[in-house]
Amino acid sequence: MIESEQKPAVQSLSVVLTGSGGSGVITAGTILLEAAAKAGWYGLMTRSVGPQIRGGEAAALIRLSTTPVSAQPDRHDLLIALDWLNVQRFADEMPLDQHSLVIGNSAQSDDVPEFIASSHVRRYDLDFKFMAKAIDGGRPNMIALGCVGKLIGLPDAALDAAVEQSIAKRGPDAVAASAAGVAAGRKAMTDMPTPATLAPGTADADGRWLISGNEAAGMGAVRGGVRFVAAYPITPATEILEWMAPALAKVGGNLVQAEDELASINMTIGGSFGGTPSLTATSGPGLALMTEAIGLAVASEVPIVVVDVMRGGPSTGIPAKSEQSDLNMAINGLPGDAPHIVVAPNSISDCLFTTQWAVHLAEAIQTPALVLSDQSLGQAKAVIERPADLAFMARRLTAETPEAGARYNRYADVASGISPMAVPGTPGCAYTADGLEHSPRGTPSSQAGDHLVQLEKRHRKTADFDYGDHWADSGGDGDSDTVILTWGSCTGAVREALAQLDEGARSARYISLRLLMPAPKEQLIAALEGAERLIVVEQTHSGQFLSYLRAHTGLTRDVEHWCHPGPLPLRPGDIRQLILEGESS
Amino acid sequence: MSMDTVCKPELVARDYKSDIKPVWCPGCGDYSVLSSITKALAELQLPPEDVAVISGIGCSSRIPAYVDCYGFHGVHGRSLPLATGLKVARPDLTVLVASGDGDGFSIGGNHFMHAARRNVDLTYIVMDNRVYGMTKGQPSPTTEPDWDSALAPGGTGISPFRPLVIALAAGANFIARGFAGDPNGTAKLITEAIRHPGFSFVELLSPCITFRPDQKNWKTQVHDAVVDPTDDMGRAARRLMTDDGFNTGVLFTGERAPYQPPVGQATATVSDLEERFAL
Repeated sequence: MIESEQKPAVQSLSVVLTGSGGSGVITAGTILLEAAAKAGWYGLMTRSVGPQIRGGEAAALIRLSTTPVSAQPDRHDLLIALDWLNVQRFADEMPLDQHSLVIGNSAQSDDVPEFIASSHVRRYDLDFKFMAKAIDGGRPNMIALGCVGKLIGLPDAALDAAVEQSIAKRGPDAVAASAAGVAAGRKAMTDMPTPATLAPGTADADGRWLISGNEAAGMGAVRGGVRFVAAYPITPATEILEWMAPALAKVGGNLVQAEDELASINMTIGGSFGGTPSLTATSGPGLALMTEAIGLAVASEVPIVVVDVMRGGPSTGIPAKSEQSDLNMAINGLPGDAPHIVVAPNSISDCLFTTQWAVHLAEAIQTPALVLSDQSLGQAKAVIERPADLAFMARRLTAETPEAGARYNRYADVASGISPMAVPGTPGCAYTADGLEHSPRGTPSSQAGDHLVQLEKRHRKTADFDYGDHWADSGGDGDSDTVILTWGSCTGAVREALAQLDEGARSARYISLRLLMPAPKEQLIAALEGAERLIVVEQTHSGQFLSYLRAHTGLTRDVEHWCHPGPLPLRPGDIRQLILEGESS
Repeated sequence: MSMDTVCKPELVARDYKSDIKPVWCPGCGDYSVLSSITKALAELQLPPEDVAVISGIGCSSRIPAYVDCYGFHGVHGRSLPLATGLKVARPDLTVLVASGDGDGFSIGGNHFMHAARRNVDLTYIVMDNRVYGMTKGQPSPTTEPDWDSALAPGGTGISPFRPLVIALAAGANFIARGFAGDPNGTAKLITEAIRHPGFSFVELLSPCITFRPDQKNWKTQVHDAVVDPTDDMGRAARRLMTDDGFNTGVLFTGERAPYQPPVGQATATVSDLEERFAL
């Protein structure tokens, strides 16, 4: 104990809370994150749940740090299990080692899962239920929160305030019971050697946000000007819709729950045809149903945004866990030659930026923009700096009533490819949007000449658009000849790995593609100049990202390839090892 | 004569007709449906730019291009969702949906039920010729079970779908049947359907002379409904369940309020929404 008190505080630590569904571990995790934010720390909470809808096991994996957190940790310092249930299922997701402290439920000490029993963790048992019963209205999850707070050095005031704020809506009795539970948890840990305490946070944490990737995507959409959403519920995208439904109503828009994804995508096209920036959100199986109509939006040149929060596939796959395996479908899934936009956020904060950018791009270019988020971003919550205000707004080139005698041609073959789009209600511009190939006026045509003109018009408007510097994010040691090329949620672990590389160790820089289609070929070639060693990192089984790079960016050189499917997250240690030792497999 | 009437002469049916020549076969019932739609729009004096005609795929779905209003010729079976999105986002527009028995009742069948249930203020005009015409003569959901075709030799053996019964059960707010051979009567039905709030369903028997020459006899089979419209679902159900499929007229008018969430009434700013995330 004395020894542990002398342990220096760390800059980052991680905690797992598990219990049966309904035991409140996710609530406790959220409160812990809020308390950490009040203490001036940053944090990231990832959820993991078993296959049961309710009553199965649930885990809140929380990483807290004095600096922004963008990835799951290499190991966990503390695991508190309110009950064991099927926690064995999470064994792969919560790496523990001999320095980890595991506190289990003493009433279930015979049920300790194999991966805990056979490990070298330090173990301790506590009877959470008994302790909770001693408090009128007490709950085991609050006992656990008190334990965590005490062990990691979370200031009492921050935790107490977060508990009160979270429980207040349930009334003063519930607040008092929760506070008593937290206090009991703290007391139980008085003599417990701590696995790690976190260095104090910054005093001035005002202005930070606590937000999930799905909420951030919704917020980005609303900021960009989206005022109509049609969607069908699907894990793990539903939170976008549940956040947007009341939010849109408040800003004068609305959301329709459709009967299926075939309907939701077509409603979205209808809303946008009417002049309202429109969006839908889905996951892989829903995107598959939408592909025909996304092709319609390409052909009829109707701007729409489709957010795909990817999950494990194919088919129903692993609905509540992450993978990057919808890339092929997003890039190549549409019938015909169908130029469209595909962009990918690389962090929770970037879900806002990239979705707002997607609204801007879709509206400016008059074509569908797909946003490839994933479960690990969408359903995770983080403390982030307030995202900057962005200039990306929905700004559609619209048509004015033509002068007398002049005809409005919706699909006019203009130099930029972006022809003015009439908003219904504009006199003199009535036209029929069509998924059939058409003449510049919009009249259906199967003639080779019309087809070529329209194919090239649609190609030109996406290919010639100026995407600026937003095509990728990069970082690390800018002079390094080792380059990690990645995209989407893998970027977080890459960033952290590069930040953690010891001075003197091999350095590296990274490039994370935000713009996937049209492929930023020239920009990428220029950015790869001087790269002796190229490591491609992605979360698929078949190497979809590398195939994409080969097919669309002209990449022919040999690469090292970190390519693993979900649902296990990419961890900074994987990348560190890759840089220092190469891929072992 | 006031300036107003000088500036806005009365609109007539041909003001709603575009100069694009239809692809339909000579004698197709859809010609007279097109004429009925333009007559109805003229009757209502709707500014063409405030009307949108939405369709899917099929012979009848070609109508939007032939009407000089805003239009959308989308993908097969999805006209109702596209129209729903448009109307919910732009409640100021009058939105008509044109479909056929294949587009509307087969591939689009699920949307038909949910559009009726949702009761958005749309007018759904289905030109029923009991055959897939554009793909040259396959049986549709309303085709008689013994109708012989290459795809279903000897007939499908499957009872036809009852669109009006389904519409009633699913919650449609207005149900009518008309015959393309009576363009004036049909124009009246469409006019009433547009006027009636909520989801209005108009089934129009529209013969396919090419693949169903037997439908030339429809003009002798159709007859006016001998009863007045009813707002009683029970009576309407009995009427629709027992009619011979050639009973024309307004057969049900409901009083359900249309689905229309408010648009453009902001009570908060985007910054207010952001505040919720601030710690």
